[in-house]
Amino acid sequence: MDLQDFGITVAIVVGGFALWILATALFIWGERRMVAKMQTRIGPNRIGPLGILQTVADGAKLFFKEDILPKGVDKVTYFVAPIASATVAMLTFAVIPFGGSFTVGDREYTLQIWDPEIGLLWVLAMSSIGVYGIVLAGWSSGSKYPLLGGVRSTAQMISYELAMGLGLVSVFIWVGSLQASEIVAAQSGTFFGSIPAWNVFPQLFAFILFFGAAIAEAQRPPFDLPEAEGELVAGFITEYSGAKFAMFFLGEFMQVVTMSAVTVTLFFGGPSGPLFGLEGTLAGALLGTFYFAVKTFVFMFVFVWLRGTLPRLRYDRLMDLGWKVFLPLGLLWVMATAAVVLIQDTLEQAQVLTGAGIILAALVLILIVGAFIDRSRGEAEPAEDEGEEAEDEPLALPSSAETAREGASRHGGARQVRVPK
Amino acid sequence: MTPLLAQTEAASGSAEFWVFIVIGAVALGSALSMVLLRNAVHAALMLVVNFFAIAVLYATLDAQFLAVAQIIVYAGAIVVLFLFVLMLLGVAGDQAFTGRIAGQKTTAVLLGLALFGVLAAGVAAPFLGEGTACNVPVEQRVDAEGPLCEGLAVANADGNVRGVGFLIFTDYVWPFEVTSVLLVVAAIGAIVLGKRREDPGELTDAPASAVPALRDDDDDEAASDEDAAEPAAAGASEDDEEGTR
Repeated sequence: MDLQDFGITVAIVVGGFALWILATALFIWGERRMVAKMQTRIGPNRIGPLGILQTVADGAKLFFKEDILPKGVDKVTYFVAPIASATVAMLTFAVIPFGGSFTVGDREYTLQIWDPEIGLLWVLAMSSIGVYGIVLAGWSSGSKYPLLGGVRSTAQMISYELAMGLGLVSVFIWVGSLQASEIVAAQSGTFFGSIPAWNVFPQLFAFILFFGAAIAEAQRPPFDLPEAEGELVAGFITEYSGAKFAMFFLGEFMQVVTMSAVTVTLFFGGPSGPLFGLEGTLAGALLGTFYFAVKTFVFMFVFVWLRGTLPRLRYDRLMDLGWKVFLPLGLLWVMATAAVVLIQDTLEQAQVLTGAGIILAALVLILIVGAFIDRSRGEAEPAEDEGEEAEDEPLALPSSAETAREGASRHGGARQVRVPK
Repeated sequence: MTPLLAQTEAASGSAEFWVFIVIGAVALGSALSMVLLRNAVHAALMLVVNFFAIAVLYATLDAQFLAVAQIIVYAGAIVVLFLFVLMLLGVAGDQAFTGRIAGQKTTAVLLGLALFGVLAAGVAAPFLGEGTACNVPVEQRVDAEGPLCEGLAVANADGNVRGVGFLIFTDYVWPFEVTSVLLVVAAIGAIVLGKRREDPGELTDAPASAVPALRDDDDDEAASDEDAAEPAAAGASEDDEEGTR
């Protein structure tokens, strides 16, 4: 590594980090403006054109606020938690390619900070570490609402990590690599000459699985139960103020940006797009960055859109969705993907048709299973309730009007029973 | 620097050597404080630090997959579950030290030493004796009497992830499957034990008549219950009528 390599690497790292911070700041502002539009409010509009500098003002305010240390906190852990939360959110971004590649002299550089062989497993590792910030914040605050928020978030993150992992795994099997650069390279070109060869088309269910789990991992509405303000004041951040609060805040929004970027990398071709003969130049690489940014912004908008549209899930429904819907369907999907890949590898000819047939069959199977699960749940719930009532009825206090009427009709026949007011 | 250390540094490269010194110290320190700290949550956090240190050591040995699996599985899932249980039970301070078994300390020390001996022997064995060190490049090896291990370049020829996957699903597929069966059995056992039932008979697949001590014939009991309850319901309805009159 000589001076040229060193300089360009440092430039890429600093540039990528700046891009990330900028995207996060813009997202915070953009979310407030867009949610305001959805709720027919105006939103922040005072500082800078359209209020675009609001985030800077808020950040400055938060960092100069008094840092309160409540009584009864576990000091070291209370201090470490926000740092862990923000650091992990920043580290995830390292493996994501955010632009094309360019050559200087005889050497090629890619706009990506780190391209390890484990690739996107790094995302999974960092998101599983991200839970520590929240758990420790909840525990160390020494207060009941943060503790409940922390416990909730632990259960939620662990549940949805499985679904997220299954979504990732089916893409890994499909592409045959964990490495981000290879996943992006596998999505260049087109299907049938016109549709871009993005993973989202063959791996539609994996995309749904991954994006749903990503929302839960980022703890955004409708899955923002760890900080449900109606029930838990503010969840794990209740006792935090000033710079530490800002770190949690930043970490959460960075998580949204990162998850959108990972979705784009996995399913929407990352920075690939038409380059108009600029391949290998810096301009071409930056054009890739532009495509990447546009695709990422689309998914960031989806996050805001969901927040503006959907109400928060009930906690047991959240867990049911994770364990009883996402997990079994994800396992089925991984098996189907593996079967298709195996058939493609072993049968040389007619592979596309066979693969398409099996995907179709698997889809139909999954739909049937899904419908069956839905129906059996729809039928089972009232049936269960009836069963329980029938069991409980003899033991329950027969004070209700209905019990009285039933008893009367069974024994006395046509006797009229008036309902006690 | 002692000759041994100098030799190690020459063999492994300077950066790797110093990373090992620093991270090894972190790993040892966090392991010791994990045992010695009295607060259960702090001890669990030290365990996380230790797992990270070991993951870094794996990474310096070019075992990227092992490093990231260590972080995902141990630091990301298992210790989080520890913390979850600690928080749910509200264990703090000295509460964790109640309920000791007699002679626990001695047994623990002895078993720990035995485990340490076995692990040390297992790790050191390839390096003991003459001509067995694995740091010899493949080309320089004498084919017939060379060391047992092939070296990193051969093991990682197709990439670290592929190498690990290939080994797990060919040479080590049997231990791998046995381990997974063990884990599944443990998980099912935990679910069965953790699920509270009023009636223990519901835990078995046997027909109800096969568990006579726990439960009489199901239908008769239910029927008699219903019979007993119905007059009560009727009586209550009469009471209600009187109340409204």
